[in-house]
Amino acid sequence: MASTAHDDHAPHGGHSSELSETQVRVRALESVLVEKGYVDPAALDRLVETYETRVGPHIGAGVVAKAWTDPEFSRWLFDDTPAALASVGIAGAQGENMVALENTPAVHNMVVCTLCSCYPWAVLGLPPVWYKSAPYRARAVADPRGVLRDFGVEVGADAEIRVWDSTSELRYLVVPMRPEGTEDLTEAELAALVTRDSMIGTGQPSPAAP
Amino acid sequence: MNGAHDMGGMHGFGPVTPEADEPVFHADWEGRVLALDLAMRATGEWNGDAARFARESEPPASYLSKSYYQIWLAGLERLLLEHGLVSDAELASGRSLTPARPLARRLGAEAVARDRGRAGTSRRDAPRSARFAVGDRVRTRNLNPHTHTRLPRYVRGRAGSVVSVRGCHVFPDSSAHGHGEDPQWLYTVAFDGAELWGPDAQRATTVSVDAFEPYLEPLG
Repeated sequence: MASTAHDDHAPHGGHSSELSETQVRVRALESVLVEKGYVDPAALDRLVETYETRVGPHIGAGVVAKAWTDPEFSRWLFDDTPAALASVGIAGAQGENMVALENTPAVHNMVVCTLCSCYPWAVLGLPPVWYKSAPYRARAVADPRGVLRDFGVEVGADAEIRVWDSTSELRYLVVPMRPEGTEDLTEAELAALVTRDSMIGTGQPSPAAP
Repeated sequence: MNGAHDMGGMHGFGPVTPEADEPVFHADWEGRVLALDLAMRATGEWNGDAARFARESEPPASYLSKSYYQIWLAGLERLLLEHGLVSDAELASGRSLTPARPLARRLGAEAVARDRGRAGTSRRDAPRSARFAVGDRVRTRNLNPHTHTRLPRYVRGRAGSVVSVRGCHVFPDSSAHGHGEDPQWLYTVAFDGAELWGPDAQRATTVSVDAFEPYLEPLG
């Protein structure tokens, strides 16, 4: 798979009259499916809007920040992830099959889908291109420390790395370690430090502002 | 199937290259493909397992040269053609040339607001008790079906340990091909890096997969 194949994108700016071959194919496909009545254009618009603007890593970041500040919720999150997520309004099919993974000084968790692009949409939205790319899918399971170096992440040589290949409908959310020096921050301030990649296991939370 | 999609452990793809401030979609058509794919799945003509099989059926050279949403587009077109919902001529012309076939359901905007266009859970009541328990040593079977499977090549025939019993779920190997849900117990099975990669394994690494019971046999 072409991991960075973005050469077939719709031109931006003042070149909108140039349509790529893929763009033409997609327009033809949508026209046929709408004309036949198989799909509702309003539902299509709503789907795009939902995944572009409503669902995203801010949802997972809120869960992580709550786990950092509420020990009872944290225990619940690791013991029974679906129930804990439902308690903060994250329900539905993917919430029901979620598993939260706790990073500690001794264990670093990292999530991949070697077979396709399984990803916890309910808490992180749609996956980034690198997550779906051949380099990540190929190397995460055999060379996790090298992949982490690609992301500039240092994990102690003594720490165990656990790679979770999402091969079924289970969806994994990594709960990174809370950064030092954040004792005085509110839950909302903490959520702002939680990066998307830290919840996949290929990044760390942002450090607290000095 | 042993397709190009099954990438775990392959060499030569180069480094992972994250993009700073990446947009959700890199072009409008990507969002339309996602929406069309979810909307057609919601009709019930096929399920997510069949959609995955359609994508992995893309010939390897083509699979490796397409972007991810181009693979989704190709998979969706393949399913529409296979199910007789559109013709090649219609895909080429962008116009309906034959009467539509009545479908059981059509996804509406209200349903998207409710469940974001996603299907229900894969979890099912257990038809029998689980064969394995946490701590059991198991070996994955050496299976090479031409059909859909969720057992990656790099873990076939390997010894591991059951670290979690995940309940009973729709079996993709059956469901992808219209052979029914055939619910099976699902386990998270962890493998030592050295079991998978031999002397080339990195130290202190474990890799787990979620494996359905028919993929596993007990290990003495």
